[in-house]
Amino acid sequence: MSFPWARHYEPKNPVMKWVDERLPLPRFVYNAIGAGYPVPRNLNYFWNFGILAGLSLVIQIVTGIVLAMHFHSSAAGAFDSVNGTIMRDVNAGWFLRFAHANGASMFFVVVYIHIFRGLHYGSYKAPREMVWLLGVVIFLLMMATAFMGYVLPWGQMSFWGAQVITGFFSAIPVVGDWIRIWLLGGYAPDDATLNRFFSLHYLLPFVIAGVIILHIWALHIPGSNNPTGVEVKGEQDTVPFHPYYTAKDGFGVGIFLILFSTLIFFYPDYLGHPDNYIPANPLSTPAHIVPEWYFWPFYAILRAFTADFILPAKLWGVLAMFGSILLLFFLPWLDRSPVRSANYRPMYRVAFWVLVADVLILGWCGGSPAEPLYVIISQIAAAYYFAHFLIIVPIISRIETPRPLPNSITEAVLGDEGGSRITATAATA
Amino acid sequence: MTSIFFRSIKFLIGAGFVFVLLLALLGSITGLINEPPKQTAEQALHKHPKELELASNGPLGKFDTGQLQRGFKVYKEVCATCHSLHMISFRNLKDLGYSDAQVKKIAKEWAIKQPVFDEKAGTWGERDNLPSDRFPKVYYAGTGNPPDLSLITKARHDGAAYVHSLLTGYGEKPDPAVAAKFPEAMKTPEGMHFNPYFANLNIAMPPPLVSDDQVKYDDGTRATIDQMAKDVSAFLVWTAEPTLQKRHQAGLAVVIFLLFATGLAYGAYLTVWRGMKH
Repeated sequence: MSFPWARHYEPKNPVMKWVDERLPLPRFVYNAIGAGYPVPRNLNYFWNFGILAGLSLVIQIVTGIVLAMHFHSSAAGAFDSVNGTIMRDVNAGWFLRFAHANGASMFFVVVYIHIFRGLHYGSYKAPREMVWLLGVVIFLLMMATAFMGYVLPWGQMSFWGAQVITGFFSAIPVVGDWIRIWLLGGYAPDDATLNRFFSLHYLLPFVIAGVIILHIWALHIPGSNNPTGVEVKGEQDTVPFHPYYTAKDGFGVGIFLILFSTLIFFYPDYLGHPDNYIPANPLSTPAHIVPEWYFWPFYAILRAFTADFILPAKLWGVLAMFGSILLLFFLPWLDRSPVRSANYRPMYRVAFWVLVADVLILGWCGGSPAEPLYVIISQIAAAYYFAHFLIIVPIISRIETPRPLPNSITEAVLGDEGGSRITATAATA
Repeated sequence: MTSIFFRSIKFLIGAGFVFVLLLALLGSITGLINEPPKQTAEQALHKHPKELELASNGPLGKFDTGQLQRGFKVYKEVCATCHSLHMISFRNLKDLGYSDAQVKKIAKEWAIKQPVFDEKAGTWGERDNLPSDRFPKVYYAGTGNPPDLSLITKARHDGAAYVHSLLTGYGEKPDPAVAAKFPEAMKTPEGMHFNPYFANLNIAMPPPLVSDDQVKYDDGTRATIDQMAKDVSAFLVWTAEPTLQKRHQAGLAVVIFLLFATGLAYGAYLTVWRGMKH
């Protein structure tokens, strides 16, 4: 499961020795995130984001468990328990609530960077397809968890968000309305909906934690990718995870916490919507129903489908929105280029940055009102999104001539000192 | 034939989505040409709130308790007739600098009493408010639906600035040239009031602050309409988040600590990696 030169766990303390012989958990941790895991020596700061995502999940679970102790899961009491009791009367309740609400945003920021890191450096390619597939599963679970969590404070956006999202299912022909009523436990979001969302919102993070264990397990079979995309050739290419990357991650965690604290303590409502400070009112629809910012690109794709063609426009929108994420499952087989890192792929590198811009444009459209101009821009951007994955990337991987790769990670790192042929790009990678 | 189909299925699916989107795009563009979007009266006449300087603004803002007390007085004598403040308890008023005895007195003398249900008789009665009670709900029978004000500065864009502009915006008449373009929208319905800061321009609330010295301030501040509007806006920032000042203070300490700790972590990183090219 690991490189032959990986260090072996040798407990010195008799207690640890006793434990290790009976349950090799310390050995497992040592091999997973300790000195027993050899990691490429050339990882850049974009490789901090896996640990940061794990930290975000831990922060969400810890703050969430304490918040759940004070939360009333009922349509009559939820809003008051969050905005009244927790924010005013619970000791440091305001901190827990703002940490949890902004923690969700930080989690998505980190995961989006983590995903785009994978796209740029080809981390989804063989032999790491399983790591990528499990990552997409985690992303889907995160979206479900975040959506249900946003419903819990039972403000206007909570209620109408639940109304809109569960409305997707009514686009399914014949049985759609029946499925929607079954999901909501009624004809509109109410107590039954709130309670099941609370239950699932508490359950899913632990499912995510389980899939993360599989994600890391699958990662440790081939080992981490690196900015050159060249596989590890020998011991000189790697350093032990501890202390090298624990130290580097410690610094990354510090930067993460500074930004996170700035949000919590100084701009706690910046990423939220004012309407969610209005109690849910089934009789008053907000002027613009917008989801949280991390759903905006997908919301724009949903709203881009305005024409009926064989299927009704709404069904197209729902199919495309789910499709836009599900197609990530096929990415390892859509991109057939044997070269991983975009640093050595001149055409893919351009396509990658256009995709980044495209997703940002989609996000901007998704957060804006559904006015004609925004709809037109999101239609072009959504078309490009699908074209990128299903047309452009497969074609590029056939016609592109990659730049010469370094012979090894060490050669790339040492550059001219290594005294071998190396391109300037490789040295800066 | 079938193998070509399966090999090109990704292109077919991709082309399918792109085709439907281009069809939709065509529809949107023809729609835009046939029916160019018209500017609505709201877009033309709605105004963004005026800037409002409050002590609580900014990342390190603090409450000005003198202003909060004045704002509470405005709420009590003007707003409280129609608007509840249901997330606030009387005991919270101690934050504004009132003593226990003063809070007790304010609670006892509050015009609306606490409803109590008599289990024996099966009837509703009422009693005086206690410091531990929340402000009682106000039931309003007239036109409109006065919202609870506890969270109002968080529930509107630009919060306090919006409240201040709304309260002082009744006299602001629209630009006649622009208004002439929307004769329908300029007919303020019966029982409504024109206010350019309100989302749909016509608000059911009659102007609440109508003359200077409508509220008698105890601290010698001149109670102009603008001053009263400012003070009550500041008070409503406090009701929306009484822990705001604590949050700012804690944040300063946390960020200073984290900067220090991150500096140490960076030092540790450099030390560990010394001599290792990467």
